[in-house]
Amino acid sequence: MGQNIRIVIAKPGLDGHDRGAKVVARVLRDAGHEVIYTGLRRTAKQIVETVRDEDARFLGLSSLSGAHNHLFPRVCELLLEEGISDVIVFGGGIIPDDDRPALHAAGIRAIFGPGTPTDEILEFIVQASTMNDVGVGADNDWYWESSA
Amino acid sequence: MDIELVNAAINGDRRSLARTLSGIENGLVKLEQIRQIVTHSSKSHQENVWTSLAITGAPGVGKSCLIDKLLKIWAGAGLKIALLAIDPSSPRTGGALLGDRVRITSVDDESVKHNIYIRSIATRKSSGNVPLIVADMIEFLHLANWDRVVIETVGSGQSEVRCAAIADRIVVVEGPARGDGVQAEKAGLLELADAVIVNKSDLIGADKHAEELRESYHLGEGEAPPVMLTSALEETGVFDAAEVLLSLPGSGRSERARWRERLLAHYERKILESPKLDDVLSSLAAGSISIDDAISLLGGE
Repeated sequence: MGQNIRIVIAKPGLDGHDRGAKVVARVLRDAGHEVIYTGLRRTAKQIVETVRDEDARFLGLSSLSGAHNHLFPRVCELLLEEGISDVIVFGGGIIPDDDRPALHAAGIRAIFGPGTPTDEILEFIVQASTMNDVGVGADNDWYWESSA
Repeated sequence: MDIELVNAAINGDRRSLARTLSGIENGLVKLEQIRQIVTHSSKSHQENVWTSLAITGAPGVGKSCLIDKLLKIWAGAGLKIALLAIDPSSPRTGGALLGDRVRITSVDDESVKHNIYIRSIATRKSSGNVPLIVADMIEFLHLANWDRVVIETVGSGQSEVRCAAIADRIVVVEGPARGDGVQAEKAGLLELADAVIVNKSDLIGADKHAEELRESYHLGEGEAPPVMLTSALEETGVFDAAEVLLSLPGSGRSERARWRERLLAHYERKILESPKLDDVLSSLAAGSISIDDAISLLGGE
């Protein structure tokens, strides 16, 4: 008991493609984690309230619509406004390399593009869960060097 | 136990509430400890008013959608409502995909959301459609001034009655055209129901099924539970059902059956929490002990 990591997988914005989010949710489930899936088209505020009410340790954001530069940092900002600074945020989808430094700077600790081996996501979860200072509000510039 | 956290939860801080519930779920926070710091609850317990209501029924009958409407009506009337939505854990990996929130939209409604708290819960090791630890979570929510707690059970079959161990009231949701009239006569969950809702009344067969259920109850002993028709999709019958359910009296039927479920649930919890469990399972799988040996090893004291 006590090892079940609670992870929210969320789809912010108007993007209607959730195949990737569902694959990741499934992989996390099969690794023994408890995954709360929000469904499509959530606002940043809805996602933050879900993380708060579900007491999630991780938040995974998926975007394939190109709105990540706005939506991902907005979610991070609202988490901090709610005082939720220790949740660990990661992202995935179609995220160009040039956009990634700014997202990392916003507190997102990993970004997984298409072609990422699913084991890599699991390794990230395991490693990040043992680190104490990689929450969205932590003063730490560590991020996961992803392969895709 | 973090006393500040528990106090913040009781004073209305959502994040502290969620954290405390995790503590209870993980066995790190004991209810006895909380009872010591909460000297009184501002909500006094009224006799014959339920605190916890389990909503159960087969997968796909529309439990989540119906609950969403009920939450909105009750929260809109000023009640603070918590929903504990249970989904199964994988017996193989222990993981779970908790997807009940997808269909619950009332929690996003600005006019009522301050009165609604939703928490997804995995069954973890327990068998049955509601883990026993939920009973502790319900009591804590009540101490933290949440008026009513609704439990959405794992979609369950005819004989799944474990929710009777935990909830003050049981509502069984059925769909239309659920087999011939004999289905309504079968023993099981329907015998323990304090109310039955036939949802999807917009579809053919719902009226007939409701009538079969009513007939079946009238053949039995004691007072029949209300059998109501709703369409969560078209929002017909939902207001009436919400009103009936809110003041639903306990049927008083099947007290023995409820205690049987409680007894079984507590016994199961004792086995599951035994430090010897892993070793006993390994020995069983290796064929070195029998089931009788295992029971005496685990259930002894």
